[in-house]
Amino acid sequence: MIELTQIRKAFNQGKHNEYWALDGIDLAIPDKQVTALRGPSGSGKTTLLTILGCLARPTEGRVRLKGEDISGLPERFLTEIRRQTFGFIFQQFNLIRGLSAIENIILPAYPTGQPRKDLLLKAEALLAGVDLGHRRNAKVEWLSGGEQQRVAICRALINDPEILIADEPTANLDTRLSKEFLGILEKLADKGRTIVLTSHDPMVVDSSVVNRVVSLRDGRIVDAK
Amino acid sequence: MKIWIEKQQHLIDFTLASLARRKLKNLGLLTVYTLLVFVLASVALYTHALRTEAQKVLAGSPEIVLQRLVAGRHDLIPPGYLEQIGRIRGVQKMEGRLWGYYYDNVVKANYSFMAPRDLNIARGEIIVGPALERSRGLAAGNGISFRSYSGELHTFIVADVLPQTSELVSADLVLMHEADFRAFFKIPDGHYNDIAMSVANPQEVRNVAIKLLTTLPDSRPILRDEVLRTYASIFDWREGIMLALLSAAILAFGIFAWEKAAGLSAEEKREIGILKAIGWETGDVIKMKFWEGLLISLLAFLLGYVAAYLHVFHMDAILFEPVLKGWAVLYPRFTLPPHIDGLQVATLFFFTVFPYTAAVLVPIWRAATTDPDTVMRS
Repeated sequence: MIELTQIRKAFNQGKHNEYWALDGIDLAIPDKQVTALRGPSGSGKTTLLTILGCLARPTEGRVRLKGEDISGLPERFLTEIRRQTFGFIFQQFNLIRGLSAIENIILPAYPTGQPRKDLLLKAEALLAGVDLGHRRNAKVEWLSGGEQQRVAICRALINDPEILIADEPTANLDTRLSKEFLGILEKLADKGRTIVLTSHDPMVVDSSVVNRVVSLRDGRIVDAK
Repeated sequence: MKIWIEKQQHLIDFTLASLARRKLKNLGLLTVYTLLVFVLASVALYTHALRTEAQKVLAGSPEIVLQRLVAGRHDLIPPGYLEQIGRIRGVQKMEGRLWGYYYDNVVKANYSFMAPRDLNIARGEIIVGPALERSRGLAAGNGISFRSYSGELHTFIVADVLPQTSELVSADLVLMHEADFRAFFKIPDGHYNDIAMSVANPQEVRNVAIKLLTTLPDSRPILRDEVLRTYASIFDWREGIMLALLSAAILAFGIFAWEKAAGLSAEEKREIGILKAIGWETGDVIKMKFWEGLLISLLAFLLGYVAAYLHVFHMDAILFEPVLKGWAVLYPRFTLPPHIDGLQVATLFFFTVFPYTAAVLVPIWRAATTDPDTVMRS
């Protein structure tokens, strides 16, 4: 469970172009559910997602993960939490070009010091789970958009995180691939993962996979159902 | 500990993959870097080996050489000097020496003519250094003529060629009988170019030199230690000249390396952001880049040093020979025995590997400490 209390986030604080992206967010993300953050561009969805995923710290307010206040933790501890608890699927996939699919997948596990052999076995199982075993050694820039996203999903799962964070996961996919993604999402949800995603794609937010939709506008929650 | 080792292995794996992904940039950097180490190491190895070799050769030279001066210029030693020196206490052995320079118009080179006492050379015969063997195509049994300064033509038969091992000092030597030497240069009997002497007690060399000056006021005693010092400073000076000439190249490399190391491409910055977002600590990113810098600089150092070693000791330092070896027209060609100075290697290592590795880390540290959420917005 992640709990946010009175979260405010400012950019360029104290400067002439100071901007408050989030303004008083109170939100609880339940375990083992799929939560979608919806809203127009500039509503603060991505900023909220970065705070939920420990990629950024709020300017004001408290973040609690499993009851523990993590909003004041130094970067080093946040990194550890991020590695152990969260898996990220970015909008642009953010795979490292020049490396093969499997090498990209095992990257988040490098700091854990697990033997390479074990990591490769794990990555191969993940690739097989998304029907991409045959593309194991292909450089990621040679993969199609859908394949790249599946590699990104595998990478997010390599450290077996409890929570998956996905930013606009279908923004770069056509309808067929978006459906495929929702299929994978459903499997992950069935296995009991907590998933938080941002999207303004009706196909995603209206999907039966999503348990809860939180709507944002101008940095505030306007609706949560 | 096992986890730590595994982690370092992962980091090195990733570093190697990173280096391979940016082949062009890294190969260019490695080439220039290797070239710089090669040049610096060549100069250092060469001058050090030359200095060591010269010291070894001069160690066997006389402790004092006495010259006579007339109007401040070197002149012949007249008869009677040897007797007077023989009366000075402390002088163990003395020997009047005959030597001179000869300019050979054919190959436009200078030779050193000598009449050694310790070698039995028959009249009309000469023993030549290896450089003459090469430049004039001489071999034992050949005849050669030299026109003396008085215009007479003197013909000699080559009895032998000096071995290569002593080439540093013997390359341009022509050894002959005393009578031939005197006839060639028109030096009368009893006259010598200088007197070489040894002193029984090495502590007394300076005192003997003072006594020589008192007994023979027109003389100039030259001590072996002074010669050694002069040689050392000549080699230092030559090394300095070489480095001064190369300083522009070194500076250019410095700027190049700094720019390459310090300037992170947008792609590299993006990668650092991704790595941080997916759970790499700032320290991991810095370590990875540290390995990258260390691998490049270490590889360049090893390649450059080995190339310099081969260049100096197996290819006769072909690139720097004219500047470093001597001013004679007839450059002695000799293979130096390898001498490596640990301190010199360490200094070179410190001044090449360390700055680059440090230069790599500064911008990485700056990039690695940025917030990982920037990657969400890229």
